[in-house]
Amino acid sequence: MSTEALVQIRGVSYARGARAIFEAIDLEIPRGKITAILGPSGGGKTTLLRLIGGQLTPASGQVMIFGRDVNTLSTPALYAARKRMGMLFQSGALLTDLDVFDNVAFPLREHTTLSESMIRSVVLMKLEVVGLRAARHLFPRELSGGMARRVALARAIVLDPEMIMYDEPFAGQDPISMGILVRLIRELNETLGLTSIIVSHDVTETASIADQMYLIAGGKVVGHGSSAELLASQQAGVAQFMHGNPDGPMPFHYPGAPYLDDLLNPTST
Amino acid sequence: MTELLASLGRTSLASFERLGRGSLFFCAVVARLGTLLPRLELVLAQVWAVGVRSLVIIVVSGAFVGMVLALQGYNTLVTFGAAESLGVVVAKSLTRELGPVLAALLFAGRAGSALTAEIGLMRATEQLSALEMMAIDPLSRVVAPRFVAGIIALPLLAAIFTAVGIVGGYLCGVGLLGVDDGAFWSQMQSHVALGADIGNGVVVKSIIFGLVVTWIALFEGYDAIPTSEGVAAATTRTVVNSSLAVLGLDFVLTGLMFN
Repeated sequence: MSTEALVQIRGVSYARGARAIFEAIDLEIPRGKITAILGPSGGGKTTLLRLIGGQLTPASGQVMIFGRDVNTLSTPALYAARKRMGMLFQSGALLTDLDVFDNVAFPLREHTTLSESMIRSVVLMKLEVVGLRAARHLFPRELSGGMARRVALARAIVLDPEMIMYDEPFAGQDPISMGILVRLIRELNETLGLTSIIVSHDVTETASIADQMYLIAGGKVVGHGSSAELLASQQAGVAQFMHGNPDGPMPFHYPGAPYLDDLLNPTST
Repeated sequence: MTELLASLGRTSLASFERLGRGSLFFCAVVARLGTLLPRLELVLAQVWAVGVRSLVIIVVSGAFVGMVLALQGYNTLVTFGAAESLGVVVAKSLTRELGPVLAALLFAGRAGSALTAEIGLMRATEQLSALEMMAIDPLSRVVAPRFVAGIIALPLLAAIFTAVGIVGGYLCGVGLLGVDDGAFWSQMQSHVALGADIGNGVVVKSIIFGLVVTWIALFEGYDAIPTSEGVAAATTRTVVNSSLAVLGLDFVLTGLMFN
């Protein structure tokens, strides 16, 4: 394994039922960089994060993280590895019975023996970073989608992880929230020396901050390189996704019988 | 015909597979109970949520059940000139059967459904996944405290249901129907046994019902399909399955305890 790679995915295949999600894919996430995983919706990007986090087990292949195969780790070792990584879920996944402060304090109270005054200081610092220190008494139901993600981001960094995974951080955000999130991800990566993995299908925002990008479609890596390289790529699948072209190797229609057959065959369901 | 058999086979296999998963879930939760010892405040918070918040329905139902028992019992007993035995009838019915069974059914509807919906929504909104990724075991942190709380809360609720029912029966029998006050209590005191009636009924039955209802409710929530439809279906299954389990178990326990 390369010393520069924090996560290495080797020949990983994964299927959900009869449907193959990944077929022997290889990826490498370098330490200290922002790596973007792009791909069409339903292409398995979130599944990839769950494989890296050890929440799913691949049918074959290895997911190496911090130099160890995540699927061979014992439960305590897996939990120890997870303390070194944070994850921002698409929905925020805040605990709905706790307010903003307690949500951010939650990992500290579970994993550390810090005094309440120390916890207060750490939580307020993290909330200040995401601009929500004054919103600490609000409950998740009182937050906008963008605010919920910023709180979740504060919670994800509260244990000072080495790596952070972002699951569709820009989905459904207004331009201001999106701009704030883009800036936060970039700044956090630089100031805290994090390794970041961003799963997204928002090409422009992701390309603006990613050091390298992977494009996944049809269960395979179809493109890999810097943002500029992928944007300039002439490869049909890559160009279609990066420029949002309707025609190309990625079909608009879900695979099935021909349209005419369906229309003319009354017994078809 | 073959289709029917195949469908029956599939349904049976799916039921057994689900029962197996439920049993593994039960074992996994029991294996984590030790983690609660240093964190009893988590259990207390859940006793409040599933127990104290069920008090209104338990108290009101207990009072009405006691009063109805007195009315029905009096009409029968007075025919045989045994109206003084009304206290025994009300107390024995409540301690042995109605207290634990009705409290368990109400608990399944009030607290069981709430547990399933809560855990199911936590799964649907990725809160359980988030806990896992924060290196926190959801079974230890979320499920186990609720499991213990259910086992603690139901016997207490059944005892309250029974006590309120007896008071309701007293008010109706003595206050409304004119049964002798002293006979009501003295007959009850001499015929209701602490171990055989209260111990078996209110204590043992309620603990078993509490365990079964809470297990079903938590498993249904944990295993729910993470959609609004899936959580709704899981909540319905909790009420139906735990009610049937309580009634079936009551028959078995009554057979073992009182025959």
